[in-house]
Amino acid sequence: MTWIWSNLDLIWDRTFDHLILSVPSIILSFLIALPFGWLAHRYRASRAVILTTVGVLYAIPSLPLFIVLPFIVGTSIRSPLNLIIALTLYGVALMVRVVADGLGSVDRDVQQSATAVGFSGWTSFWQVELPLAGPVLLAGLRVVAVSTVSLATVGAVIGAQSLGSLFTDGFQRGIQAEIIAGILATVLLALALDAVLVLIGRLLMPWTRRSAIGVVARPGAVARQEVTT
Amino acid sequence: MIEFHSVTKRFPDGTLAVDDFSLVLPSHKTTVLVGTSGSGKTTLLRMINRMVDPTSGSIEIDGADIGTLEPVKLRRGIGYVMQNSGLLPHRRVIDNVATVPMLRGMAKKKARDEALALLDTVGLDRLLANRYPSQLSGGQQQRVGVARGLAVNPNILLMDEPFGAVDPIVRAELQQELLRLQRELGKTVVFVTHDIDEAFLLGDQVVILRTGGKVAQVGSPAEILANPIDEFVATFVGADRGKRSLHLENHGDGDIVVDETGRLAGVLVGSGPSASPSTVSSESKAGPRGPGASAQGGDSR
Repeated sequence: MTWIWSNLDLIWDRTFDHLILSVPSIILSFLIALPFGWLAHRYRASRAVILTTVGVLYAIPSLPLFIVLPFIVGTSIRSPLNLIIALTLYGVALMVRVVADGLGSVDRDVQQSATAVGFSGWTSFWQVELPLAGPVLLAGLRVVAVSTVSLATVGAVIGAQSLGSLFTDGFQRGIQAEIIAGILATVLLALALDAVLVLIGRLLMPWTRRSAIGVVARPGAVARQEVTT
Repeated sequence: MIEFHSVTKRFPDGTLAVDDFSLVLPSHKTTVLVGTSGSGKTTLLRMINRMVDPTSGSIEIDGADIGTLEPVKLRRGIGYVMQNSGLLPHRRVIDNVATVPMLRGMAKKKARDEALALLDTVGLDRLLANRYPSQLSGGQQQRVGVARGLAVNPNILLMDEPFGAVDPIVRAELQQELLRLQRELGKTVVFVTHDIDEAFLLGDQVVILRTGGKVAQVGSPAEILANPIDEFVATFVGADRGKRSLHLENHGDGDIVVDETGRLAGVLVGSGPSASPSTVSSESKAGPRGPGASAQGGDSR
């Protein structure tokens, strides 16, 4: 415990480093996954190709990727940018499928009625489909956030500073408190980011909180499938 | 006025939904397309706002071929009300109603003010304006749907089985509301239903469709009831089962109107016990147009 109290500054610095690595990765993976997820959702032919590719992407082990990536993109191996790119790739790999599924989850009746009253394709995407896919997107983004925070620790092995550095340093110097501090801080950071996402979700999607009862009670939600004359 | 000229629709899977359909739908009147599943009624309706384009033939609105019009622009000028209301679940009631005027470029404030007034028109409390659709009952959602359909003050209102998913009491209420609105607003309404009673109640002109979008009979409710053109129509309107032939029976407490199947259809009111033709026509069920509304209360579904 005394180690933690006397090294709060260090823990705080590493937490900040960790944020610098994970937050941009989470945001970038969401933005990059959007168009690919949309393509996979929209065009049947592209779906299999895109989803298989991102599946393979996620299967690449992280440590080798951290080491190989600098040779491909030309960054230094310890550069935060290297890590951000790698973390973004993993985030995209998770998120593309979520975007495709999220857009697919939007009620077809609602889409049809949006078209019928005069939404054009793009307006409908931004004002109807994307917001209605919101709850699914948020669920996916929460997984991405937690997984990115945890993956970012691996960077410590190749020398990129993060909360993971507290484990590696603690192991090398035999300071148990430092290891525990690293683990705790990582978990807390993941929880904090998750809480922020939930909060953003509440602010952006106020209708999801109020409709819990109504959605279940809505009649015809099941029956409407076959009513196409 | 909406005119269908030899319209045929064959879907990519080969289904012939509509076959050589021609019809004039007069302005400021309600035309009801009624038929069973697969009769092409919804397809016909959706052709009017180009949700579906015909394989051959043409459709004209006030003399203009809609095939030459831009679909999105066309749709923004036509009211559309569908089953399950089709409201946007993530927008409040008022924003749902204001949606189309805002798509057409109206300022938010003005669109919302007009939306509030429309809630009055369709008989909804303004207190509901800030709720989300899922917080409303099915009947209220449907009223919001009608308000949204009226929001751009369109000449044409398309209604695709709008009251199909609400219970019979609410449905009857909504039907009366629609009749009241129609008396006040005089839109060109195209209404799709599979319920013949609803068709006879609401329609100035009723179009009975057979499978494959073929017209079985077109006419006013009275014409069709009095003269079903063939067996199919007679079956469809229930005339073959005696549902439409009513007579009086005296049950001690008063005269009861009974159909040929023995089902009690209602009581005779307004004309006293001396009104004695022993058979009255069920035509009077056709609502305000019927002669003096003599038989009441029969829900012959």
